[in-house]
Amino acid sequence: MFQLANPRRFYDLAQRLEPWVWAIAAILLSYGLYLGLIVSPPDYQQGETVRIMFVHVPAAWIAMMAYSGMAVASISSLIWRHVVADLFAKASAPVGAGFTFLALVTGSLWGRPMWGTYWVWDARLTSVLILFFLYLGYMALWSAIEDQTKAARAAAVLCLVGAINLPIIKFSVDWWNTLHQPASVARLGGPSIHPAILTPLLVMGIAYMVLYLAMVLQRTRIEILEHRLALALAADASRADRDTSTLSHRSAHSPEGAL
Amino acid sequence: MSALVCVFRRDLLLAIRQGGGPSLGLGFFLIAGTLAAIGLGPEPNLLARAAPGMIWVLALLACLLSLDRMFQADFEDGSLDLLPSASTALPALVLAKILAHWLTTGLPLILGTPVLALLFNLPDDALIMELVSLTIGTPALSLIGGIGAALTVGIRRGGLLLSLLILPLYVPILIFGVGAVEASASGMDPFPHLALLGAASLVSLVLAPLASAAALRLHLS
Amino acid sequence: MTPPDPIKPGSLFDLSLRVHDLACHRSGRAVFQGLGLDLAPSQALLVTGPNGSGKSSLLRMVGGLINPANGTIRMNDPELIVAEQSHLIGHLEGIKLALTLGENVAYWIGLLGHVPPNAAAKRVQTALSAVDLHHLTDRPARFLSAGQKRRLGLARLIAAPRAIWLLDEPTLGLDQASIGRLEAMMAAHRAQGGIVIATSHQPIELPGAFSLRLSPKMSGVTP
Repeated sequence: MFQLANPRRFYDLAQRLEPWVWAIAAILLSYGLYLGLIVSPPDYQQGETVRIMFVHVPAAWIAMMAYSGMAVASISSLIWRHVVADLFAKASAPVGAGFTFLALVTGSLWGRPMWGTYWVWDARLTSVLILFFLYLGYMALWSAIEDQTKAARAAAVLCLVGAINLPIIKFSVDWWNTLHQPASVARLGGPSIHPAILTPLLVMGIAYMVLYLAMVLQRTRIEILEHRLALALAADASRADRDTSTLSHRSAHSPEGAL
Repeated sequence: MSALVCVFRRDLLLAIRQGGGPSLGLGFFLIAGTLAAIGLGPEPNLLARAAPGMIWVLALLACLLSLDRMFQADFEDGSLDLLPSASTALPALVLAKILAHWLTTGLPLILGTPVLALLFNLPDDALIMELVSLTIGTPALSLIGGIGAALTVGIRRGGLLLSLLILPLYVPILIFGVGAVEASASGMDPFPHLALLGAASLVSLVLAPLASAAALRLHLS
Repeated sequence: MTPPDPIKPGSLFDLSLRVHDLACHRSGRAVFQGLGLDLAPSQALLVTGPNGSGKSSLLRMVGGLINPANGTIRMNDPELIVAEQSHLIGHLEGIKLALTLGENVAYWIGLLGHVPPNAAAKRVQTALSAVDLHHLTDRPARFLSAGQKRRLGLARLIAAPRAIWLLDEPTLGLDQASIGRLEAMMAAHRAQGGIVIATSHQPIELPGAFSLRLSPKMSGVTP
């Protein structure tokens, strides 16, 4: 675990693992979609629409999971000041936001035939929407602060505050929903999941998880490269600053030869 | 102890002396309420139905508007640098500032609520519950808002970012706050809502000063 | 190093400052490292160096605003926190323009000092007299000129007595008479056993001060 704290080690490991992880994700995803879209029977009530569940429900799982992953990375970033933890959290956010968006879109596509409208204030959809806003805020904070070390720490504090709030938000939205929603309305991926659709759902869940891992590994690797580049540029700038006198002297003598 | 009183007194004094202070947020609250009523239309039953949620949302926005000055002004003139060198712990000093913020923004909103209730045709017993829930809930708005204000201190256009960071975190406060009023209006027991609202305020009271202090420290470094 | 001039260590402060193996990183870049300092009561240090060499960062580090990337900053009494025993005068004065001079100083006393309430009013006068602003006590600070605001900022040093003064370009914006007053304040502070660490581009009278020159040695990137 602590070996991974070294950006170079993490980079090498990620580079070696990446093709495998992508391959496993592709296989699992194909299998899951095959099970969900072709093998599994249509629902007696929802008909073919139920198949959206196989894309939607696991996306909502990963949306939550990615945020928890960021929270864990944020804790280790604040305690041990790990650059890799910072970059991992930074790299996770757009991936998590992507899955959150997928859950929102598929949820509302499912709602169109079921509720007759694209949006109903369903408890799960509402929580996912607020989670999406949390992701947006997290990413906005990262990009708003120039100094990357400070940005990482600020984002970590925000992520933890969000992680503490998330269960409270989820609870409050469920609470609000039970007060306002008539019980007869079909709930998105309601409490009772039929065993026939459980297998494809789990396979899709695992497939998404591996896909998430592949994306985050790759993005973290890119972030490490960018981090290194930024450091090198900063070092170069101060070196250039120090050498200004020598450079101007040289260019005065041979304008073209300086390079 | 005296350092806390000192910070608290100074922030109150500044809020009163600078640019109208407490009246600004209250002014926004009342004007936005008027616009909301015009937007909804003058039908008394509709207004009364919308009032509990509308008043809460407006209170939340009015609070948000004044949040970005909580630490930003002190950051700009350098006085924020002094807080960490006081012998009183930084989270406690931050709490004193947040308390001053609540007294100068949250409390005026509560005092202005009867006026909005009048405009929205809100019945008296619902108004009382609205006042109770605002009293329990608005401290949490200042507390959670303090985290956002501390996180965005020194950032250009930080106010806009602040709202993006903080508004999602206000969701539970809004739900429990409005829930209490609606429960009592429909003849149910508002106590569970108020208890949850109070719990949310207490959790914020413990965590917000710590998180805000951590955020301030990193911006000062 | 030769000992500083024989100012007699006073009774008020008896604290010495020890900085060991200090390293500073800014934006992931090493600014300085391996810095050591040892200042006994009454001693002073003048820090020089070009822009970006970390002068301000060093002062903010001793003042507890920046965490050192490495190394320690301690006093001879391990119970004491250095930041709570020091005053940092930076580029910003930390003045509230809507408050009067007296209210500004009273706030500093309450926040930073350990002065009993009944002595506070007298101390406000002492602090404002030290920077020759006592006749403006009840004037809101917004009516001050830039130089007067700088002086009001310096009144903090007197308002709440603290052993270590960290002065970042304190002469900036001061006229000759005010610089003389500041030099007298520093001498009096050291006579009481206080420590002064200052950065200055302008020549400043700090008798017997050690000098530290920070150079922007590029030691590559941080791990």
